[in-house]
Amino acid sequence: MKYTAEEITEVINMLTHEDLDIRSVTLSVNTLFALSDNPDRAYSKLLSLDGIFSRFSEVVDYVQDKLGVRIVTKRVSVSPVQYFLEAYPDVNHAIKLGGIMDDLALRSGIDYIGGFSGYADRGLSRGTYVLLESFSKTFNSTSRLSGMLNAASTQEGLNIDAVKLFTDQIMNMTPNASARVAIMANSPQDSPFVPSAHHGRGVPNSLINIAVSGPGVITGVIRRAKPSSFQELYELVKKASFKVTRLGELVGRTVSEELGVPMGSVDLSLAPSPTVGDSVAEIIESMGVLKVGSHGSITALALLMDAVKKGGSMATNLVGGLSSAFIPVSEDSIMATRMKQGYLEINDLVAMSVVCNSGIDMVGVSKKEPKDKVTALILDVLSIGLILGKILGVRIIPLDGNPGDEVDLGGILGKVVIAKLKQGEVTDFVSRSGFIPTPIKRLEYG
Amino acid sequence: MESAVVVVVGADKPGIVAGISSKLAENNVNIVDISQTVLRGVFAMIMVVDLDTSNVSIGKLRGELQKRGKELGVEVLVFHGEVFKYMERI
Repeated sequence: MKYTAEEITEVINMLTHEDLDIRSVTLSVNTLFALSDNPDRAYSKLLSLDGIFSRFSEVVDYVQDKLGVRIVTKRVSVSPVQYFLEAYPDVNHAIKLGGIMDDLALRSGIDYIGGFSGYADRGLSRGTYVLLESFSKTFNSTSRLSGMLNAASTQEGLNIDAVKLFTDQIMNMTPNASARVAIMANSPQDSPFVPSAHHGRGVPNSLINIAVSGPGVITGVIRRAKPSSFQELYELVKKASFKVTRLGELVGRTVSEELGVPMGSVDLSLAPSPTVGDSVAEIIESMGVLKVGSHGSITALALLMDAVKKGGSMATNLVGGLSSAFIPVSEDSIMATRMKQGYLEINDLVAMSVVCNSGIDMVGVSKKEPKDKVTALILDVLSIGLILGKILGVRIIPLDGNPGDEVDLGGILGKVVIAKLKQGEVTDFVSRSGFIPTPIKRLEYG
Repeated sequence: MESAVVVVVGADKPGIVAGISSKLAENNVNIVDISQTVLRGVFAMIMVVDLDTSNVSIGKLRGELQKRGKELGVEVLVFHGEVFKYMERI
């Protein structure tokens, strides 16, 4: 096959100068075979996955070497730990399971292991209750484990009690621990993204899921082409997204073939990293909203989201995860800067959740804030997910300090800015127990 | 055919093409297509090579070419042909 010099230069430019890479290759594994009411039996069965994880790690390295394309992280996601705890509901068992998963990842060169997760949309089962009770201790004592609590769904409602328990736990976590936990509405089952990645129901025993990352590519095409109409801008994003997603499809298929594990989904999304030129906020600013957070940001984000989905959908057969543009504040150097400068406020992020899927992600909250306010903030985002039938999550980082202060978590996590929460009492509202019933949208599902 | 794209960029000087192509020949890798330009003293070369007859893996070849590039004072990039096929062709 012949390629023109322009085509070759374009691809090389994307891969070398515009930071196009594969954010993660995730092996999703059914671990329910290890369920047991005898904890030791569960541990030893889980440990038998050692070989598979190591082999996966080797294959990803091999594919990276073969294609010459950078694969940033290797991840594994397992069945939600909730099920293990239904069989033996004990907090110490939960902590031990978390430790074993963390060790497995460490030993096999896996960057993150997801699945320390549970569902509590309508109510707390004993498994999810124990899981939640163990959250802060487990995450504070691990480094690669990640998990989520799904506390709302359009199918079931929004569980306020679960959100409150979650807030209690998160406020006791170290920054590094809280960066590995999210609370979700309508959690997807096949996400390669940490922290919500887990092996869902109704899928084969194992799958390969892919997450791509190429915000620099989109910024690059917009800056070069200087589009004069919105249709032209839309078209540019769509075309570039196709190429970005296509790279994910290639890597996914290659890993899947080498490992003999079926290909799952490619997450149609753009994910930032703190590196310069790898920012989703920069795409919005390249469109002409010169400081993200200014009026127009939501329109720009909506246009971006929709064009990414349309362009990407032709590049892969199996779309999954939280397909969107991710805007984790600390992980996106420009988002973090604009937050610190005051252009971006917490309610802007809530508003962006309406057109985006990431919700409030990697935002610092002062430990001095009352828990009720944090709970109410989470409820705001989950309610949007509930009513609009969207996947949304909240990942907040409780920190010592005051609004505007910045804490550097290092690496891919970046600098977390403490957000200013709104003034005003919400205790009376939040003090009620129970759950919010299913929305009218539920009736559309049958 | 399993192919790779080799890109060489750097300050122009005699011996770059010879240096890179002799390394390819040593590993029994055939050049399928080659284009080269010098613009304001910057040397740029794109090669499409056939890996089917190669004695080494693409990873090893990349390493050797990059080592040779270093000796010549140029940057060498090697990507698998599939990357271009996937991203540029529907």
